[in-house]
Amino acid sequence: MKQEFKNIRKLLPYSKPFLFVDTLISMSESNAEGSYTFLKDEYFYAGHFIDNPVTPGVILTECMAQIGLVCFGMFLLSNESSAVKNNMPPNYKMALTNHAIDFYLPVFPGERVRVVSEKEYFRFNKLKCKVKMLNEKNELVCKGVMSGMISK
Amino acid sequence: MTSEEILTKLIPIIAIYLPEDVQVSAIEQESNLTGELNINSAHLVDVVLDVEDAFDIEFANEDMEALHTVKDAIEIIQKKIK
Repeated sequence: MKQEFKNIRKLLPYSKPFLFVDTLISMSESNAEGSYTFLKDEYFYAGHFIDNPVTPGVILTECMAQIGLVCFGMFLLSNESSAVKNNMPPNYKMALTNHAIDFYLPVFPGERVRVVSEKEYFRFNKLKCKVKMLNEKNELVCKGVMSGMISK
Repeated sequence: MTSEEILTKLIPIIAIYLPEDVQVSAIEQESNLTGELNINSAHLVDVVLDVEDAFDIEFANEDMEALHTVKDAIEIIQKKIK
């Protein structure tokens, strides 16, 4: 992973058991891509569902937001604020403000997913993206639109 | 455009982003967009982007910072469309 991507991942405001970013694959002004492998023993599998572990949709949504909005937003802001480039915690906070996601396939324990985010706009501290998640067979797991705000 | 004409064009744009418990009739010149009309900061950006399209103008960061009331919006729009 590129050093800048490593910094972004390290500076994310999440930790286990709520960090759903393993690798940032590529980032540009218009797109971002990253991946996460759901561990077989993620805490939510104990209850979702009884004797039938499936990754909850809210967790897939969270994974999409962490890669497609938060990591992407940190990358887009790294030109403006050099903190992340210098491996320092950024001076802003991020919040999810809206999402509409459609789900197509289940994700089971141990599966690796890839999140692809495409910027619609990033203006006045609001980042809105088209985000999709694909499984290892490159099949569409879920997709939708999500947005978040950065507050300084 | 007169400020009345701008307001007429502005009301339906703002109305899209009003929470359910705020009536369209509550939109007045002096209304504070976030404080009184209860539009959240993310939707305020949507209002501005829709206004940019409707009036074929572009807001700068300073305009966004100066935008608090419906009247502020009208004044910014009026300056830009001249």
